[in-house]
Amino acid sequence: MKFGILVNEGPYQHQASDTAFNFTKAALDKGHEIVRVFFYHDGVNNGTRLTTPPQDDRNIVNRWGELAKEYELDLVVCVAAAQRRGIVDADEAKRHGKDADNIAEGFHISGLGQLIEMGIKADRVMAFGD
Amino acid sequence: MLHTVNKSPFEKNSLDTCLRLAKSGSEILLLEDGVYAAVKGTVVEQKMLQALSDYSVYALGPDLKARGIEEDRLIDGIEVVGYDGFVDLAASSDRVQSWL
Repeated sequence: MKFGILVNEGPYQHQASDTAFNFTKAALDKGHEIVRVFFYHDGVNNGTRLTTPPQDDRNIVNRWGELAKEYELDLVVCVAAAQRRGIVDADEAKRHGKDADNIAEGFHISGLGQLIEMGIKADRVMAFGD
Repeated sequence: MLHTVNKSPFEKNSLDTCLRLAKSGSEILLLEDGVYAAVKGTVVEQKMLQALSDYSVYALGPDLKARGIEEDRLIDGIEVVGYDGFVDLAASSDRVQSWL
């Protein structure tokens, strides 16, 4: 079965990012396909590589990146939500005259069309958030 | 159809909204702070007992454990599932609605 994952909440806020990750991992372990993980609203904060949690805490950002690498997942951050919250890749940084970018490895910035496409391609879309 | 509720019934009205709108015969999964609704002896117990006559109710085991809730404190009839069970519920339901 094809699942689409929608994450609407930032990491370390409540629990949605953890639940989304654990669901995604469990689905992959069972042999299901993850069409895409789409980060929207405060969920875009899952995609900054500047995150530095304490060493004895889980690194939510790296964890997504590592899972994406292992399973070739498509981690998409909504561009408009990202711009508002200061999540930028090299292209966005250049376009907006910023002095740095901060997108984490494995994530890329794209538009809401990717969310719609995920809804079309997936058998189920799972929403996690507030 | 699977409904998920991730908010405590003592904080938000997600559970009430879910119970008001879910069709009889649906599955309801309590997760995150939503698992507090599964505990015996609270003011929502009667509501949950009523819900159990219309729906199959599940609670996410790891979230119970994270909150120190032992399974013997759960309302009878509520089934505990893990993340793999969550995936199975989502896969076997034709639709999924998250009440946030």
